[in-house]
Amino acid sequence: MSLWEYANPKKFMETAARLLPVLAVLAAGALVTGLVWGFFFTPDDYKQGATVKILFIHVPAAMMAVNAWGMMLVASLIWLIRRHHVSALAAKAAAPIGMTFTLIALITGAFWGQPMWGTWWEWDPRLTSFLILFLFYLGYVALWEAVENPDTAADLTGLLCIVGSVFAGLSRYAVKFWNQGLHQDSTIMKVGEKDPLDVAYYVPLLICIAGFVLLFVALVLLRTVTEIRVRRLAVLQARERLA
Amino acid sequence: MIALLIRDLRLAMRAGGGFGLGLAFFLLVAVLVPLGVGPEGRVLAVIAPGILWVGALLACLLSLDRIFALDYEDGSLDLLATAPIPLEGVVAVKSLAHWLVTGLPLTLAAPVLAVLLHLPGAGFGWLVASLLLGTPALSVIGTFGAALTVGVKRGGLLLSLLVLPLYVPTLIFGAEVVKRGAAGMAVEVPLLLLGGITLGAAALLPFASALALRINLR
Repeated sequence: MSLWEYANPKKFMETAARLLPVLAVLAAGALVTGLVWGFFFTPDDYKQGATVKILFIHVPAAMMAVNAWGMMLVASLIWLIRRHHVSALAAKAAAPIGMTFTLIALITGAFWGQPMWGTWWEWDPRLTSFLILFLFYLGYVALWEAVENPDTAADLTGLLCIVGSVFAGLSRYAVKFWNQGLHQDSTIMKVGEKDPLDVAYYVPLLICIAGFVLLFVALVLLRTVTEIRVRRLAVLQARERLA
Repeated sequence: MIALLIRDLRLAMRAGGGFGLGLAFFLLVAVLVPLGVGPEGRVLAVIAPGILWVGALLACLLSLDRIFALDYEDGSLDLLATAPIPLEGVVAVKSLAHWLVTGLPLTLAAPVLAVLLHLPGAGFGWLVASLLLGTPALSVIGTFGAALTVGVKRGGLLLSLLVLPLYVPTLIFGAEVVKRGAAGMAVEVPLLLLGGITLGAAALLPFASALALRINLR
């Protein structure tokens, strides 16, 4: 069992076909458990009331939005260094999913911000950097669409992903410098410190995060399998034209 | 390399609108914004640093697709790629030529437009300094975008979509320098960070751009 075995699309398809149902059921189970527990069986916050429960979608979506880009970066590096074809397709498959998570984080954030801060949108560093991250995803997806030769597209988008990561990091700090924040810091790692996340929210939140991670992995596998099938179909059609 | 620089400069000037087009666009932005926002001097003075920087950035963007597109179409880019000078050097020279025909004129024209926008007197020096320090980064980053999209037909819109997010840090620090300078505050920190971005981009991005060109010429 090594990463390089799965450079063979056939092997990858077989394993993905076995893993997908399991992952999908696990993801659905974790999401239903976490969200139902979070929405209906946790107390309201003494200040924020029931709106605090947006947390169970907002936080995991925001985490996955960033992590998806990280996964694309690693996959792009593996493709650029070792010509691992499935890895390039996995990066392509992950981009729209990451983009959607970014959008979910932004929209749920707006719904949360409206009652709490009294505004749908604020040019806060965190919010702004997520908007910029969304633009990076948009450019990445657009470049994949625009370049016709699949290997060239994989190379160029991989390069864009690497350079983009550097600039996304720079933007993150530039934006912090540019404006002071309204958004609170992350409290998830603050157990034992002052002002921690309440224990009542902790367990369902962790289940939700696990659910989002599983959902992401399942969707990436599914989309990668689809990409491989699209490639195969294109080859078959090309052969038919030649025959 | 110097011959290439001179060739690019000549082409830019003779092809009509290397200098002119970007500058005219910059002027247009500086005229349109007051028409949209209203003529009140106080408001304009507040937004002037941002408008001038955004205007310079968009004017820079306009001419990016010319950096490689013509050479790609007539095949001279293939010759440059197989020439004895390294492709990284070619790319760096192309960025320099782009800066000389867009970034530098924009920097020189900016104080005139700043008068139109009522920029406070203390900000003029910092405006020129920040543009002088920041526009090379815009050219270098733009060259990377142009190298990525050189094989794409009608890639102008795609180029903007790719390049504009990469311009965010430069824009923030550049406009911050002018804003602080105009308000009479200390500008060292954003100025140093802006310089850092320019130097870092100029040192590293030509390698990425050359790699993108090699992929596109494969």
